[in-house]
Amino acid sequence: MNKDIILKAENISKQYRLGQVGTGTLSHDLNRWWHQVRGKENPYLKIGDTNDRSTKGSSDYVWALQDINFEVERGEVLGIIGKNGAGKSTLLKILSRVTAPTTGSIKFGGRVASLLEVGTGFNGEMTGRENIFLNGAILGMTKKEIAFKLDEIIEFSGCERYIDTPVKRYSSGMTVRLAFAVAAFLEPEILIIDEVLAVGDAEFQKKAIGKMQDISRQGGRTVLFVSHNMAAVQKLCTKCILLQNGRFVTQGKTEEVIQSYLDQSNVNQAEYLFEKPKSAQILAYTAKLRIEDLEGKLMPEIPVGKPWQVKIFVELLEPITNMVIGLGMQDMQDTAIRTAWSIAENRDSGKYVAVFIEKNIDFNPGQYKLIIGLSKGLQSVQYLDEDIIMTFSEVIDTQAESIISNKSGLINNQMEVKVIKN
Amino acid sequence: MNYQEKTDTDWLFEITPKNKFFSLNLNEVWQYRDLLLLFVKRDVVTVYKQTVLGPLWYLIQPLFTSITFTIIFNNLAGISTGTVPPFLFNLAGITVWNYFTACLTGTSNTFGANAGIFGKVYFPRLIVPISIVISNLIKFGIQFLIFIVFYIYYYSQGALVSLNAAAAFFPLLIVLMGVLGLGLGMIISSLVTKYRDFSYLIGFGVQLLMYLSAVMYPMALIKEKIPSYGWLVQYNPLAYVIETARYMLLNVGQISVFGLLYTFAVTVIVFLVGVLIFNKTEKSFIDTV
Repeated sequence: MNKDIILKAENISKQYRLGQVGTGTLSHDLNRWWHQVRGKENPYLKIGDTNDRSTKGSSDYVWALQDINFEVERGEVLGIIGKNGAGKSTLLKILSRVTAPTTGSIKFGGRVASLLEVGTGFNGEMTGRENIFLNGAILGMTKKEIAFKLDEIIEFSGCERYIDTPVKRYSSGMTVRLAFAVAAFLEPEILIIDEVLAVGDAEFQKKAIGKMQDISRQGGRTVLFVSHNMAAVQKLCTKCILLQNGRFVTQGKTEEVIQSYLDQSNVNQAEYLFEKPKSAQILAYTAKLRIEDLEGKLMPEIPVGKPWQVKIFVELLEPITNMVIGLGMQDMQDTAIRTAWSIAENRDSGKYVAVFIEKNIDFNPGQYKLIIGLSKGLQSVQYLDEDIIMTFSEVIDTQAESIISNKSGLINNQMEVKVIKN
Repeated sequence: MNYQEKTDTDWLFEITPKNKFFSLNLNEVWQYRDLLLLFVKRDVVTVYKQTVLGPLWYLIQPLFTSITFTIIFNNLAGISTGTVPPFLFNLAGITVWNYFTACLTGTSNTFGANAGIFGKVYFPRLIVPISIVISNLIKFGIQFLIFIVFYIYYYSQGALVSLNAAAAFFPLLIVLMGVLGLGLGMIISSLVTKYRDFSYLIGFGVQLLMYLSAVMYPMALIKEKIPSYGWLVQYNPLAYVIETARYMLLNVGQISVFGLLYTFAVTVIVFLVGVLIFNKTEKSFIDTV
């Protein structure tokens, strides 16, 4: 079978130098040049840490991307996903020719236009109409092409009334709509889009996603799409690649890759260990949290309907009067769902475990956050909000009764419902 | 892999870490010619938006500078401009000089001023410096018109001014100057991306250069008065351009064949070096700017 490959990336890497540009730059430049003159390899290419922003690296150089290889077929909508700092934007910058890779090459079989951030190149002094032409030309359209589509662009943007007003008088939403409208009518073979959907109101986002679907489906154009919005990725993309710390992790069907992305960000953990806080004046701290079933087995995922318990292991460094251990539960949008707490009691220093048991309420499938609070009377001793995730899976526990699947909302339990003839 | 590899010729283009050593990519610039025109239009139209005098500002600056120069250099310092009215002499020098400095300072800021847009979208970067040179040409045209107005005025007043036959080559001289400014600007713009020092240098460097470029005095004068520093002016290609421009327009001073050939050679070299460095920079300047 012959595949029609329109874009092929081979061994792309990108190295950045950390810290400030100063006199050190000059000495490195000279050294690099000296190596080059003697026909040797760039000495700074050998060093460099992987792109992990939270750990302190040993080198001034960092690999924002390392050995990325992939191919895109004509008409494919490829999603590029990964956590912040995974290298997505760097990859898009290289693909859209804004910056060159440090090593490797990318071959294109068609014209590329990128939509990295809408509204760049808009000139506030010029009118909307003039800016359509300017922006279109920046994105690679000819004047003729733009003039031909002008009416459609204006209509799509919904800014007819303001089209002959300088753009500096536009609201930010209007600017974005106008910019997206220009880009939406681009006709390159490959379109690169980064996070545009983060802007605009819901109605416009819907319009934008619809337009992008049209572009790829009817136009047969190839789209590379980067977003944190998994719903949009799922809707649009046929294929995805996942990056982590500048390295390629996996590629494949959208659902599978999104799943591994979600797993990656919250490896369903059932046991969380916490370090002793460094501050000197702590009275008590949480050492460990376990999510278990009632038999004490660790549960990375709890089937909906199965009773569960959370154990919080606490160490008191000093005796505490009116010691309370509390557990809060939130959904992933940080909406508080419930709090539960132990009875206030005077406790000696030492290790304790608090067990929170849930037998009655069944939560619907999804992820929930746990928050731990320790307090001495009304005074807070520790408030731990460190992404403790608990997962309820759709695998429904068959032993539990009265479970109805596919309900919306957070809580699965049925209410008592009676219908009486009135 | 179970499919046929594309041969290298099937690809439309390829991104690699480095550009070819020397590639102007004029093809691509031509493809983006509409953008070039729009940039020129933007530069010309938006500069004096929301000002009352608008394009008149294009004229005020050279006129006042000429008046100042006439008072200081001719009336106070007593520099002789021969039979030509000093004001006209200065206006000619300043109009031509302005075009050069506008090209130089405009292009030298290419990467800095456009970092935002360069960081988002690809188009041939060369478009920006070229558009600056062209839009300044329009500005030069307007300033040159006012020169002509004064020329006619002085002529009608009976001043001894006359065109030289060589004036036919005046446009070529302007092109030469534009290219020199472009080349130098490209070199500096590339250096500025990494070393900001150059943007400070250009600020006062241009001013100092003006004094070495025979803008407000005839070239012969400096050789006569301070021969030990005369070489500074003699090896300055811009001095020849300005001297030649005055020779063409006002028929004063002399034309030096050596000087013109020298200027031409310097311009070609500076332009080629500029393109070379610009090419090397445009690929990854966004990481250092």
